[in-house]
Amino acid sequence: MNDLNGQTAFGHAADVSSLMEKRRRNGLVWHIVFVFSTTLAVLFLILLVFSIIDSVFGYAVLRNDVEPSALVAGKDSVSAFSRSELEDTARTRLSSGILRRVEYDKPIAERSDKDLVSLIEEYVVKPKVLKTWGFWGSLTERKAIETYIAENEGSYATFRSWLTPSFIMADQSADPLRAGIRTALLGSLWIILITFVFAFPIGVGAAIYLQEYAVDNRLNRMLQLNIFNLSAVPSIIYGLLGLAVFVRFMEPVTSGSFIMGTVDNTANGRTILSGGMTLGLLVLPIIIINTQEALKAVPDTLRMSAYGVGATKWQTIWYQVLPVSVDRILTGTILALSRALGETAPLVVIGASTFISVDPSGIFSKFTTLPIQIYQWSARPQGAYRNIAAAAIVSLLILLLLMNSAAIYTRDKITKKKRLEA
Amino acid sequence: MNSLSLAQVLQPGMEQSETEVKKTVLKLEHVNIHYGSFQAVKDASFEIYEKHVTAFIGPSGCGKSTVLRSINRMNDMIRGSWIDGKILFNGHDLYDDQVDPVLIRRRIGMVFQKPNPFPKSIYENIAWGARINGFKGDYDELVEQSLRQAALWEEVKDKLKQNALRLSGGQQQRLCIARTIAVQPEVILMDEPASALDPIATGRIEELILELKNNYTIVIVTHNMGQASRVSDHTAFFMVDDKRTGYLQEYAETEQLFLNPQHKKTEEYISGKFG
Repeated sequence: MNDLNGQTAFGHAADVSSLMEKRRRNGLVWHIVFVFSTTLAVLFLILLVFSIIDSVFGYAVLRNDVEPSALVAGKDSVSAFSRSELEDTARTRLSSGILRRVEYDKPIAERSDKDLVSLIEEYVVKPKVLKTWGFWGSLTERKAIETYIAENEGSYATFRSWLTPSFIMADQSADPLRAGIRTALLGSLWIILITFVFAFPIGVGAAIYLQEYAVDNRLNRMLQLNIFNLSAVPSIIYGLLGLAVFVRFMEPVTSGSFIMGTVDNTANGRTILSGGMTLGLLVLPIIIINTQEALKAVPDTLRMSAYGVGATKWQTIWYQVLPVSVDRILTGTILALSRALGETAPLVVIGASTFISVDPSGIFSKFTTLPIQIYQWSARPQGAYRNIAAAAIVSLLILLLLMNSAAIYTRDKITKKKRLEA
Repeated sequence: MNSLSLAQVLQPGMEQSETEVKKTVLKLEHVNIHYGSFQAVKDASFEIYEKHVTAFIGPSGCGKSTVLRSINRMNDMIRGSWIDGKILFNGHDLYDDQVDPVLIRRRIGMVFQKPNPFPKSIYENIAWGARINGFKGDYDELVEQSLRQAALWEEVKDKLKQNALRLSGGQQQRLCIARTIAVQPEVILMDEPASALDPIATGRIEELILELKNNYTIVIVTHNMGQASRVSDHTAFFMVDDKRTGYLQEYAETEQLFLNPQHKKTEEYISGKFG
């Protein structure tokens, strides 16, 4: 291709090579930028996971009010007590008021060993957390831990996981060693159920209308634009809306007095129903937009071929368009519900409880949720609360993972069935 | 109207018996089709005869597909489209307010340019149309009959449960024809049914069209003049004017139109001077 002047089909040879050199350099710079940002993102994720895990496991230095060996000579732990020793200790060492209440609930003779052990630990031994170390600190700061124990008389260190089955199952408590997330977990599950029941049918219905039926006029374009805007509104605004509409204005409905007459609890509309509907409003625009995108992705030729064999509009949507788009719709819904599960602000605004001792039992119960619980714990100054907050975060993440995998499993089952029928 | 009478004048070229049984199924009277303020087709008037194949040919943008889609009111789906003039189907105006477009499409079926089977099984592709139409008979038989008529039965009889999208393009298009047949229409509209297919598959579709014409009235839009001359009995040649509005230039029996075109434009088009 070269002639005598170094001219090629693409220009002068020297120009071409310098041009290519420049382009390669540019490409390399961008390549490095992209790799750098990916690496940074991965690093931060690892850091996040590590910092959570770090708080969940580690040494805790405890001190007992009364040593078990002082109760029964020669036994270092309450769980090593024999049955008669357990009953004796409970009868003699519990304060009379607590003993009366305990006996009233269930006589000591009828209680299980495990039950008695936890009673004695709670009211007699009364371990207190003095200081905690993270996982990393537990490995690297042995000396400091030992010094700390030596300085504090009667203290001892145990390596523990803050996330235990009893942490999941226990109800709320002011003592970090006994506190659990059961009420918050149940509250979250209830809330998410209401959110789904409220937002899914309305969201999908609205999306079908907007995408398949609505004519392209000014009004509908405005509607569409506003739905996009709504999906970007800060969640706390939805909390204010929920407070005004669901908690205050619709109180007779959301407190249940509308159906059940007077309700003797103090919820006053600050119920699971209100919370679920508030989060439902929050995720509604997201579900609408996702569903619209799913419907948009269905090629028009499919609709045409259905019309071509004499299908009505609804038959076309129901039998052809929705089955093809159902997996995308469900994916969008899963993402929306995951967002709702992690929301704190709107629920705090509508007045979710921060401390309740009874489990939510229905849609008219007071509630608290996992994110609220985490927020409460992490705001406390004592170290042990940070550890249980971290444990609650891990529980929330596990719940999210479980929920998403269940949803994806269901979705895949639907699509697989569809494919087999297909 | 002029071209129509012309076709009738030139009738002696055909056998006497065939001209006598010709029955008009569809009659277009001064049809104008608009998309918003744009006029896509002006003043088209002609007749389509029962159990004949009528081909629409013409350059791109001449409105032949538009006219085809107006026959089963598929144009209703396009926002801003409207029509005046009359399209009579067995004497009834298809655009009468009382007429349900869904019922029209059950009697005037459609096969599209790109094969577009439903993403379901072969069986379900055929049964679905009948089912939504409230068919009460034996579905297995219906599926077999429809597939046989579309010359697809032998190829797919062992894999009726298989997804239709796994068939080849030509098979998919024949499945779409079978699907249309299953609804038992009187008229089948085909919008360039072979344009996305290879020559062998095209040949099979053409054979099929000749076969189907014994039972159905067929209207086919095609860019392929050889195809029009091979499969059709009548041909409508559409042209486009300088305002991009399509109009019917010439309508005649196919042989007549190809061998002895009455208009210079027709002659130029069929001899490949433009298009």
